[in-house]
Amino acid sequence: MNLTLKVWRQAHANDTGSIQTYDAKDIPEEASFLEMLDIVNERIILDGHDPIHFDHDCREGICGMCSLTINGVPHSKEKGITTCQVHMRKFRDGDTIWIEPFRAKAFPIVKDLMVDRSAFDRIIAAGGYIDVRTGSAPDANAVPIGKHDADASFDSAACIGCGACVAACKNASAMLFVGAKANHLNRLPQGHPEKDKRTLALVRQMDAEGFGNCTNQYECEAVCPKEISADVIAKLNRDYTAAAAREAVAD
Amino acid sequence: MSQETLVFRNECTNFAGNRFILHYFRFSPPIFLQKGIVLLKKPEMNALGKALIGFWESSIGKKLIVAVTGVMLVGFLIAHMVGNLLIFQGRESLNDYAYFLHHFLHGWGIWIFRLGLMGAFVLHIVATIALVRENRAARSSRYAYEATVQAPRSSRMMIFSGLTVLGFVVFHLLHFTVRVDPDLAAMKDPMDPSRHDVYGMVIAGFQNPLVVLFYIVAISFFCTHLNHGISSLFQTLGLRSEKTKWITGKIGLAVTVILWLGFISIPFLSSVNILKDKGVPEKSAAHSAVIEATTES
Amino acid sequence: MAYDGSTTGSLAGTLESSIPDGPLADKWTNFKSTAKLINPANKRKYTIIVVGSGLAGGSAAATLSELGYQVKCFCYQDSPRRAHSIAAQGGINAAKNYQNDGDSVWRLFYDTIKGGDFRSREANVHRLAEVSVNIIDQCVAQGVPFAREYGGLLDNRSFGGAQVSRTFYARGQTGQQLLIGAYQALEKEIAKGGVTMYPRTEMLDLVKVDGHAKGIITRDLRTGEIESHAADCVILATGGYGNVFFLSTNAMGCNVMAAFRAHKRGAYMANPCYTQIHPTCIPVSGDYQSKLTLMSESLRNDGRIWAPKDAEVAKKIREGELTAKDVAEEDRDYYLERKYPSFGNLAPRDISSRSAKEVCDEGRGVAKTGLGVFLDFSDAIARLGEDTIRARYGNLFQMYEKITGDNPYKTPMMIYPAVHYTMGGLWVDYNLQSNVKGLHVLGEANFSDHGANRLGASALMQGLADGYFVIPATLPDYLVDQTPGAVTVDAPEFAEAEAQVKERIEKLLSIKGTKTVDSFHRELGLLIWDKCGMARTREGLEEALKRIPEIRKDFWENVKIPGTADGVNMELEKAGRVADFIDFAEVLCHDALNREESCGGHFREEYQFTKDDEAVQSGFTNEGEAKRRDDEFAYVAAWEYTEPGEEPILHKEKLVFENVKLSVRSYK
Repeated sequence: MNLTLKVWRQAHANDTGSIQTYDAKDIPEEASFLEMLDIVNERIILDGHDPIHFDHDCREGICGMCSLTINGVPHSKEKGITTCQVHMRKFRDGDTIWIEPFRAKAFPIVKDLMVDRSAFDRIIAAGGYIDVRTGSAPDANAVPIGKHDADASFDSAACIGCGACVAACKNASAMLFVGAKANHLNRLPQGHPEKDKRTLALVRQMDAEGFGNCTNQYECEAVCPKEISADVIAKLNRDYTAAAAREAVAD
Repeated sequence: MSQETLVFRNECTNFAGNRFILHYFRFSPPIFLQKGIVLLKKPEMNALGKALIGFWESSIGKKLIVAVTGVMLVGFLIAHMVGNLLIFQGRESLNDYAYFLHHFLHGWGIWIFRLGLMGAFVLHIVATIALVRENRAARSSRYAYEATVQAPRSSRMMIFSGLTVLGFVVFHLLHFTVRVDPDLAAMKDPMDPSRHDVYGMVIAGFQNPLVVLFYIVAISFFCTHLNHGISSLFQTLGLRSEKTKWITGKIGLAVTVILWLGFISIPFLSSVNILKDKGVPEKSAAHSAVIEATTES
Repeated sequence: MAYDGSTTGSLAGTLESSIPDGPLADKWTNFKSTAKLINPANKRKYTIIVVGSGLAGGSAAATLSELGYQVKCFCYQDSPRRAHSIAAQGGINAAKNYQNDGDSVWRLFYDTIKGGDFRSREANVHRLAEVSVNIIDQCVAQGVPFAREYGGLLDNRSFGGAQVSRTFYARGQTGQQLLIGAYQALEKEIAKGGVTMYPRTEMLDLVKVDGHAKGIITRDLRTGEIESHAADCVILATGGYGNVFFLSTNAMGCNVMAAFRAHKRGAYMANPCYTQIHPTCIPVSGDYQSKLTLMSESLRNDGRIWAPKDAEVAKKIREGELTAKDVAEEDRDYYLERKYPSFGNLAPRDISSRSAKEVCDEGRGVAKTGLGVFLDFSDAIARLGEDTIRARYGNLFQMYEKITGDNPYKTPMMIYPAVHYTMGGLWVDYNLQSNVKGLHVLGEANFSDHGANRLGASALMQGLADGYFVIPATLPDYLVDQTPGAVTVDAPEFAEAEAQVKERIEKLLSIKGTKTVDSFHRELGLLIWDKCGMARTREGLEEALKRIPEIRKDFWENVKIPGTADGVNMELEKAGRVADFIDFAEVLCHDALNREESCGGHFREEYQFTKDDEAVQSGFTNEGEAKRRDDEFAYVAAWEYTEPGEEPILHKEKLVFENVKLSVRSYK
């Protein structure tokens, strides 16, 4: 199939960047979206130009590294998949495809379609963990965890940290990411002792990183490749309010 | 070796409960790193004050304020609508109600209520504007190809519908509360000329089709604001979950539709002359005659 | 680059594995009781470099920082959470015996050593089985959401044909959940200041000072800056080399560069010929293909594998003139059921993989490329109903349909084997220290615990064992004799190594040829897959060894890399990796050529059981089964780098089995 690509090109972080047009000719239907970009890049390189840079690694939808938007939607409109799992048979011959980087102030562009998502790492560093020194853990079956809580925790733990939630949100809010991490750990008995501190620390670091606020539009859950529900945001709101109240008045 | 320059510093409270500063250095080559965590002295402010300021400064805190004031405002709207609907019971009910509002607690009641309402309204707006500013800053560049997957239209124009509401409220207050129109301001209850004729004023006020149109459009805008706002309350207050979400959106829609019908019925029915000033009901006239007689003796 | 000739430690021909004394079951305990310790106040004076942030690297960096060391951790991805450990699906083994089904440390040890076809060290494997129980405790405490039963206790399943249920799992995302646990621990230590993280940074060389590994040269993948980092020791946890085959289930960025740079600096590469092939991957669909996707082997429980008996029919299927449905039952060859009647479609990975290759070599492959066989569920659907099949494999069928566009409920799936894991790696002793002093190697990057083949659900166990429990205990043994901070980047060796690295980059950029990096990688991968893949022969390997220098020459003359070394340049990154893959491929082929036996992930066609063998005649094993030669090859082949194109020098570490009896497997 033949396609027209409108691709965001930006040489480096401080470059202004612009949309460039590329013809993608003779693309096999069986190719994946990123393989289509590989093919286009191969031709760009042979023409002596700089190929389109994009982040990618595992190409099986789990590492969370691929990060671009396809026609304005992170990881494409198809539900529950990452960019690397998009296949060209979903497009039609002659289509024009707009490919842009994730856009958020907290995710500065590195080059072309690559963005810097280290803000997520700093959020986790601020509180997204259970503090357990290696070797000090009790027996794994010492604390039974009801299946319901275990499953609910798991649903949140499925987050791959790709940042699509931020990219889809018109406010570039990281609430789904933070809510997922808070819900993953706060739900478990192991995470309980640090629950309040964790919740406060996660939210404060999120705010400090310059993410926007949730306005309850749920675009994040619609594009989440792991289909994490925006319920985790409600849960985070509740946990945060309780933690803030306890911080203010409790002993 | 690399050169490092301080890019920015964040004051945070870490897990250990200590306030500290994260220094973000840009290295040349630029890798963002967290370095040198500096413990701060415990601030002088008491814990409660600190917590309150922290709460306001946080995104969730401000959203919670928007939600709680939103609940208050919706509560007011429901009461306001119920009061308004007294118009269908006739002049006496509505004017009695208006008289009550202005005189309970020796006339202080309405001012206490107005101040509370005003406070909620201002907080709602101030917090929202602060959030919108943060949101605009968080998404400083836009997509060349904008797309939306599931966000409803009403949710995407909250700030515009909100500002429309603000404009409407100003108009509405000037129209019926401050009564800038001297004709409306001068209307007296035919049964008790010492008090204002709210009933007559409302019907007279909706004789101008342009005014009616404005009310209908503005209230409709208002209701799109309410639709998203009321459903969002549940999320922001942490009440929406897998089990409750089927109902939260419906509650938002139901309350909105009721408010829309309730509010819009008066200007609409007035303008098409279904709701019209029926003059002084006989029974009431007799009643007022008795009052007069009593006063005289 | 010239070989600096400064290896320390072993003499050619012998290698000292430093295994502690005592009975097998007591070795690790004895080691820990008598190991050297470093005073807590002194630990913070030591700087440790950890390259790689996957299960092994991430857990090591976090744990060492917890202990008080200063750690510098490097990864090429944008975040340590992306390491390819994340993609492991199946589970993690541990000898917890929570199921009360008779499991024990000894059984896990025995199964692992037998699964490795008796080509691993008893002491290492026993230690792995011992610490496996601590790993589960640690991970649960960190909040890893393993599957649970309704009573709230941990669930287990039997995996990879094990007789006991010892595999802990987290849906199909065990690797992801374990990695996130290690990553969170790492981030916690980053915030505390114990670890300095360098994401998007690639190690381009190892720096040795006085024969000891004391630092690395890195390239910042964003700015192109070349930097020196000095430390008191270096830990490599950089994963496997599966991408030498170009197509594998590895992530696109997985590469052998860090390990190979260390190899060039004197570290021995051990047993690279042990490569694991997974039988149930989605077949290649065309030249542009960048990556292979694994599907769970559990599909073989209900799917029947077949190919047409007639090559002509297969050809018509390839060309789209016929479909699977058009092939009558009697014209189908259910070759695994035919050849291995008692195991049928559940025959071991290597047998199943090789059989698919044989069928395709005969021209009976059915995928467009000729490389693929059917995995057919129609019988199972007829027997159990579509709903049952959906309940069992729904997500896998969905994944298959997403990738191929075919509906496996209606048409049979197609599968083909693909490279999945590499057992070989840098040689290490019991302390996980390579023959280069101060250089420690963890996880898939070392050769140590899996022998010639890896059991399912053992990779995650090994990575975490190395990082959380082994290296923190063994590292002081080296560090205690080192003066902390004695070597800085001012040492001339750093400037020298930096200059070499820069020279190499400039050379790559100056070629300005006509072929892309990927085209070389593809060419190399095809060659290695062909000649050093599932089945190897002397002839094929010799041919590969002839072809590799040609590819190398072509590469260094004709590769085209646009752009400059300043800033992000993904072609330059790939070029460096492919250049090392080319050199590494030679070691791989030399090792495969040297090992004149078939064992585990290494199959030499010359060494298989034939109908003349007594074991086949007595019905003990099958014709075509791998033939191990314990008398001559019960050793670790550790290769010392010489020059590109030159044969590396072989060092042998004899494997001594005092506790297990070497047996031949039988799938009759």
